[in-house]
Formats: sequence, C-alpha cells, structure tokens
Amino acid sequence: MTVLPYGDRALLVELDSVEAVVALADRVRADRALADLLDDVVPGARTVLLVARPDVALDRLRAAVPPLQPADAPADAPADAPTDAPTVRHPEPPDPGAGRWVRREVEVPVTYDGPDLAEVARLTGLSEAEVVRAHTGTTWRVAFGGFAPGFAYLVGGDRRLEVPRRDSPRTSVPAGAVGLAGEFSGVYPRSSPGGWQLIGRTEVAMWDHDREPPALLGPGDRVRFVDARERR
Amino acid sequence: MSVLVVHRAELVLVQDAGRPGRAAIGVGRSGAADRAAYELGNRVVGNRPGAAALETVLGGLEVEAATTAWVCVTGAPAPLTVDGRPEQPGTVLALRAGQRLRLGVPPSGLRSYVAVRGGIAAPAVLGSRSRDTLAGIGPDQVRPGDRLEIGAEATEPLRVDAVPAGHYPAAPVLRVVRGPRDAWVADAERLVSAAWTVAPDSDRVGLRLAGGRLSVHDPGRQLPSEGAVRGAIQVPPSGEPVVFGPDHPVTGGYPVVGVVVEADADRLAQLRPGEPVRFRWA
Repeated sequence: MTVLPYGDRALLVELDSVEAVVALADRVRADRALADLLDDVVPGARTVLLVARPDVALDRLRAAVPPLQPADAPADAPADAPTDAPTVRHPEPPDPGAGRWVRREVEVPVTYDGPDLAEVARLTGLSEAEVVRAHTGTTWRVAFGGFAPGFAYLVGGDRRLEVPRRDSPRTSVPAGAVGLAGEFSGVYPRSSPGGWQLIGRTEVAMWDHDREPPALLGPGDRVRFVDARERR
Repeated sequence: MSVLVVHRAELVLVQDAGRPGRAAIGVGRSGAADRAAYELGNRVVGNRPGAAALETVLGGLEVEAATTAWVCVTGAPAPLTVDGRPEQPGTVLALRAGQRLRLGVPPSGLRSYVAVRGGIAAPAVLGSRSRDTLAGIGPDQVRPGDRLEIGAEATEPLRVDAVPAGHYPAAPVLRVVRGPRDAWVADAERLVSAAWTVAPDSDRVGLRLAGGRLSVHDPGRQLPSEGAVRGAIQVPPSGEPVVFGPDHPVTGGYPVVGVVVEADADRLAQLRPGEPVRFRWA
C-alpha cells in the first residue's frame, strides 16, 4: 500500500488489486472519525483517492489512513454479513468482519442477446450458453463508479469472462446494455458511446432522476445477473 | 418572487456548492467553477452558504425582476447596467419590479456570478442545484424566457453595500503539486517551462492547454482508472494536457502529471480561451 499526494487536498492510496480497493473503501466509509475528515472517497481500479475537507490538513489525513490488513484482502464478505455499517476506529485491533458489510443485493434480469456475445464466446473459448452461465453464476460487487451517473464497475465475476475492450468503440450504446471489459462488468445507465463487449440488455433503470436515490447501485452493493428468458 | 431571463449570449448555468461525496455512484462534485467568487456573492446578499446562483460566461446575460430582488455580481467584473444606468460589480443592487440588469463583457476574467438574495429555487438533484454539464444532471441551462423562482435561503441581514470587484491580472502562474503519475511522462518539466495558452474548446469539464505537447513514455500502456479532482492535469495520448474543471470525469485513465493547488484552482475558472498561462511546481 503506497500513499501518494494528489495535489494539496487529496491522497491517492495505491493497492495491488481491486479486491484490496473494495476492502479499503469499505473500511474508510465505516470509520466515522476518518469519514469526517473527507469530502469524498473515490475508489478506482487499483487506487482509492481520499479527498480532504477544506479545513483538514493533508498530514492529519495521512495519519488517519488505516493500514490495510491482510485479512481485508478478499472482497467477498459472507452473504450473512451484518447489514449495518460497523464503526471501526483505527488503531483498534483488526476485526475480520470490520469495515465490510452488505448493503443490498440487487437482482438484474438480463436478456442475453448482445451484439458481442458471439465474440465473447470466441475470445473466451466458451459457448454462448456457457458465457451466460458464467455471467449469472457469481455474485458481482460494486467496486467503483465513473464514466456516467449510475455506472458501476462490477467485480467478482468468473475469471474466464475477462475480455479486452472492443478495438473500435461504438458511437452509441443503448441504455441497459450489459457489457464486459477486463475484470469488470457493467450496465450502461443511458445511451452513450462505449467500448465494452455487449453481451445482453436489461430493462432495469440503473439511473432514474425521479427515484431516491437515483442510482440503482450504491457502494458495496452486490449484483446477481439472472437470465430473463429462464426466469419466465 | 422571480426573475425573468430576457437575453442570454453565452452559456448561463445554475450553480451552487456542488454535490461532493457521490463519486462512488459515478457523480462528480460539479458546482460553481470559481468557488470563492460564488461564495462571496452569497455572503454579500445574506444567503445561506450553498444557495444557488447564476454562473455566466463573458457577461452575456440580461434579466428582469418580476418583484423586488437584491442581487450582487461577483467574479469576472462584468460592466453592469440597470435599465441602462451603469452600476459597479460587487455592489448590492436592488432591482425593482420591471427593472432590467444587464451584464456586459468583463475586462478580465471569464465567469461572473449573479447572487440573488434568497437563492435560485431550481429543483435539486442529489442535494444540489448545480448543472453538471458532463453528467447531464441538475437544472437545464438558462434560456431567454425562463422564469427563475427566488428561494427562501436568505438567512442573514444585508450588512455590506459593496465588496471589491474581481480583478484577474493577465498571464497568471499557477502552482502545481507534481504527480502522482509524473513518472509516466517523459518530459514533465515541460509543464512548468512551456508558455501555454488556453485552447478554444475548453469548458467546465476541462481546460485544454495549447502550445506544446508532453510525451507519455509508453502511449500503449494503460493506467487503471483512478479518481481525479478539479485541477488535475491529465496527459492524453495526444500529449496536449487537459486541466480538469468542476465537471471533470469522476475517474480517468490517463496519467496525471500534476495537480493545481486548491488556492489556485479558482483562477483556472477565470481563464479565457486564447489567454496565456504558466505553471510552477508548488
């Protein structure tokens, strides 16, 4: 774990894996004393950016960043993990369950007829049916946001599904398109350009201005994709 | 209580202190590009911190009061008229019903803030009335014929008549904290040695620097997406640096060679296309 200055108002914590990112972001959010020093916590693929409140000096923030315990490394908490955010205060002894909690598990029905399904099957050496089984076979977890409001980078998928982005991005990907790229899966919240491999689509709204909260998926949420055809 | 938008020459947006703390759901802070100028206007008209104001570009706005409205223009010192009579920016102005306030092109700076006592009462999204131009959330841009309702966010009496008008000396030198990805850039020192100009396609998402290129060691190598802040200077494969503005992407995949210090980030918001700017390491 390396901590780099990011301007004079933020620290960038570098980590080895997205699982470690999820664990640290969880710890930071659960630690009220630390959360009070922060304007925002911005998880990335291998980093967590901690943005200090205007009145907080960076040295004070640096001293408050919890060391990442090896026990935090696995991203998956048991399904029966407590649903309330525990308050973890550094430097108390590490608690294997500390800082990890399940906020919600969201089921997303998907019609697996995406334009890149055949290409993903070819790239992975799986049949199309096996791609669907792999995508629906694990519980995904929100690692970080970005790209657009309501877009969640999901991790925890079947490793066989790791495929590169498309060589040439599409100029328009419809809202609800379900894609794969690298270690991530995600659902496009609205029509936009995009370079992910599209394997299906969902009618579930990932972002709805008139809903509170507008984003379907929040930090730490778990996602189960289900085959919409099988469900009927 | 409301004001009517009569004319608008450039982009006019409703802005407030933004919506911090939402990066995990892909929503950035947004908010007034020049935070200090925006906050000053709110204070002068006695508003609660965080009340919404109008952000204008190169003046470019004319509004008519439907009922008496107290206003103050901060930021870029746009020459003002009320029904054709000249007024000073930074002054608390009482607009009587039917009177028109017009903002001309400021002699320096880019963005002016029209603070109205009571605040602009547009619908809030995720607790903020800021328009995020990248995410497409928050109140739509202001158009001629729009009637803007005035809110009830005046919490303090009017205590001052005027504050000094904004002033933006040409060719500023902005302080930058080096890194975190300066090692990805072969000639990071060029950032502080080059004379840059603000490219015309700059906006609230990013201020584009023209006048040179930085070279990334290995343009094919991809940086895993990481969080960003306002003032982060990203080097895309083209080598022309982009300084992130208030509506920057929440996470980005190009190396950040340096980050403009918070105290100088507001100055970025006042740079005009074509203006020279330089940087130095903090």
